[in-house]
Amino acid sequence: MIAEAGLIALWLAAALAFLQFALCTIGLTKGQDQFFAAVRPVAIAQGVLVTVSFLLLVWLFIRSDMSVQLVVSNSVSMKPLIYKISGTWGNHEGSMLLWVAILGVAGAAIGVFERTLKLRTLVTTLAAQAFISIGFYAYLLIASNPFERSFPVPEDGQGLNPLLQDIGLALHPPTLYIGYVGLSIAFSFAVGAMINRDVGPDFAKAMRPWVLGAWVFLTLGITAGSYWAYYELGWGGWWFWDPVENASLMPWLAATALLHSVTVLATRDGLRAWTLMLAVVAFSMSMIGTFLVRSGVLTSVHAFAVDPERGSFILALLAIYIGGAMALFALRVGTVKEGSQFEPISREGSLVANNLLLSAILGIVFIGTLYPLVVEGFTGEMISVGAPYFNLATGPVALILVAIMAAGPLLRWRRDKAKALLNRISIPVFLTAAALFALVLFTTTMSVLSLLGLSLAAGIAVASFAPLWKRNLRRTPMHTYGMILAHFGVAVALVGMASESSFTEEKLVAATPGDEVTVNDWKVKLHAIEPMAGPNWTALEARVTAQYANGTNYEITPQNRMFPAAQTQTSEAALLTRWNGQLYVVLGDSDEQGRWQLRIWWKPFVTMIWLGGVLIALGGLLAMVGRLRRAVRQRKQREYAEEWI
Amino acid sequence: MNRWLLWVPLGLFAVFFAIVAAGLMRPKDNIVESKMVGKPIPEFTLPAAVEQRPALSSTNLATGEPQMLNIFASWCVPCIAEAPQLLELERAGVKINGIASRDTPQDIANFLNRWGNPYARIGTDVRSIVQLELGSSGVPETFIVDSKGVIVHQHVGDIRKEDLPELLKIWKEAG
Repeated sequence: MIAEAGLIALWLAAALAFLQFALCTIGLTKGQDQFFAAVRPVAIAQGVLVTVSFLLLVWLFIRSDMSVQLVVSNSVSMKPLIYKISGTWGNHEGSMLLWVAILGVAGAAIGVFERTLKLRTLVTTLAAQAFISIGFYAYLLIASNPFERSFPVPEDGQGLNPLLQDIGLALHPPTLYIGYVGLSIAFSFAVGAMINRDVGPDFAKAMRPWVLGAWVFLTLGITAGSYWAYYELGWGGWWFWDPVENASLMPWLAATALLHSVTVLATRDGLRAWTLMLAVVAFSMSMIGTFLVRSGVLTSVHAFAVDPERGSFILALLAIYIGGAMALFALRVGTVKEGSQFEPISREGSLVANNLLLSAILGIVFIGTLYPLVVEGFTGEMISVGAPYFNLATGPVALILVAIMAAGPLLRWRRDKAKALLNRISIPVFLTAAALFALVLFTTTMSVLSLLGLSLAAGIAVASFAPLWKRNLRRTPMHTYGMILAHFGVAVALVGMASESSFTEEKLVAATPGDEVTVNDWKVKLHAIEPMAGPNWTALEARVTAQYANGTNYEITPQNRMFPAAQTQTSEAALLTRWNGQLYVVLGDSDEQGRWQLRIWWKPFVTMIWLGGVLIALGGLLAMVGRLRRAVRQRKQREYAEEWI
Repeated sequence: MNRWLLWVPLGLFAVFFAIVAAGLMRPKDNIVESKMVGKPIPEFTLPAAVEQRPALSSTNLATGEPQMLNIFASWCVPCIAEAPQLLELERAGVKINGIASRDTPQDIANFLNRWGNPYARIGTDVRSIVQLELGSSGVPETFIVDSKGVIVHQHVGDIRKEDLPELLKIWKEAG
């Protein structure tokens, strides 16, 4: 019954999305404003129903209801509760339902919270949101029904991919999805603005918190995903340029560009067309990412169930939504008045440079991700574009970008002088030069990119706080602190990346119990290998002690796990975190002489990569809260003033 | 702003659409007979890629038994996908030699440790020179050579489960 209830809720939500779209369009075209009153409640009801549908699927997973096909193929009754829940989105249908649920909730959130947008723009936005939802409801109901029954009912399920049985995976996809799909709001806003020719500072101010919110989740999701890959794949790497990773990076790049250009629109009424385009592109990248992952046109380590028919379905949706929005852009933006002008050396100028460079990186990643497909199309050969291309192509652009990031906030709006900027930024420039000099002098192993990255990071770390110079700290607005924190986070992450790629030390040994290995300041000793049993796995566990140079002893236990239900093996790396880095130990296989493979890495400051990511997200959160508080305060003041008059 | 510029995004999207639509429609068939089939392996000598395995030269491929030659890279995702199939071939008794393309010793060692090492010998081809001489432009690719070192088959792209019987048949016939 639960499955049927879930399906009915999904159908009802789809019907409401249709109603929402109809109400909006009839109201808009016939000038029947009384229709608009119903739009908000319908949007909210739609969000509630699709959420109910999703929660019912979660419940089916919790109960291990083996009469539902999806539960059978992705769950097993002897599994910890948390992984039963996360199993809901560890598969195609379930994750698509989560996707659609977030889309519905996003529409409901607009209905509940959006108060500043002009009525007609708001209604058009909700119409666009409903129009997107209709397509994805159709996709779920026609091509990916998560509630399908299985017959005959098997005794138990086939289990979830063991790599996915991890707390990181329980949280990473929902976070990422909220970010991905949250960008649909910016997309719908842009459609609303284009149709009503309502592009200006007020519109930008209304859109900005939504963009910031989605961006915060996206940043957290990518950071969590990177950390998850780092410790769960047991490979010691934190970014692989895999198509699925690129699929999450591309919307982030577009959204980052968007939240900077939206500030130009809000503050100076500039970059009108460009901002609209970015709002369209950001969510388009989310949809394209979903398509690339789900259709299986690209080979990836993230092996999802692949079905070309589903691929064609999503591709058709892409054509309608992205093609439609871009055609609307071409037709309408010519009639939107151009915004105000500015000089190249100005805050706007630096934000334009930021946008162009971010777009360049986006282009490089996009081309690199699709290139194998193009080559296959023309020559029939299959190739893989890997890290060498991506690192080399994006690295230099990213470094120029962060250098501009240091200077941009120190520039005045509209017009500034290069000399004045040099004055303001002299200390960070000096620091960068000094760091570069010291690194060239004292290190030998660094690549040019890491060398520049690390020295730039030193300068940026200081430069990011420079906007506070000579300012009243208590009267500095919260969103400025947000920006400072986010930019500082970039410097922190950059230190982690450069340090990890240059100073990591690695040892691979075949050890028998009793052997000791020295890596950097650590003495790592293997004591014994013991069998272990978990709820749905068995493992071989190595008892290892690691002694730091100062004499402190730590016990760690890397494991090699066997999951009988899925017949797979995973290696559970043991990580030891100190303030100055991480010791990373992986237990491998044994050889005929009873020796065990041990891989040991010392990765100095590697944790700063993710710490930086979290700081960037926190900065975004601070900026969002600051902007919202200010908007509420201004609205209250206006209302108060109106009462007086 | 120039009016036609506004159509550029739509144009780019159309290009993207055409590429992926073609990619979706194309049947997944990756067995291509190349020009090198029927010719002897070109002469080459490559240094060892990792400590655990000896170096590889063309003379190692003409030893009186049929062998396979797999071109791979640690940064190549389809290579990960085909790793289990290579291990299966090794278990079936096939001697597989590897050429690591554009790679570093550490990355190769990581790759082999993580995804298995089916190779008897591995040469490192840092600038893809031997790879190009073999008539291969991408990774992964797999050649089957007969007992005299003549290429009898070239498999482009990753080896999937369903390719195994065919490859084993060709390997046996080359003996």
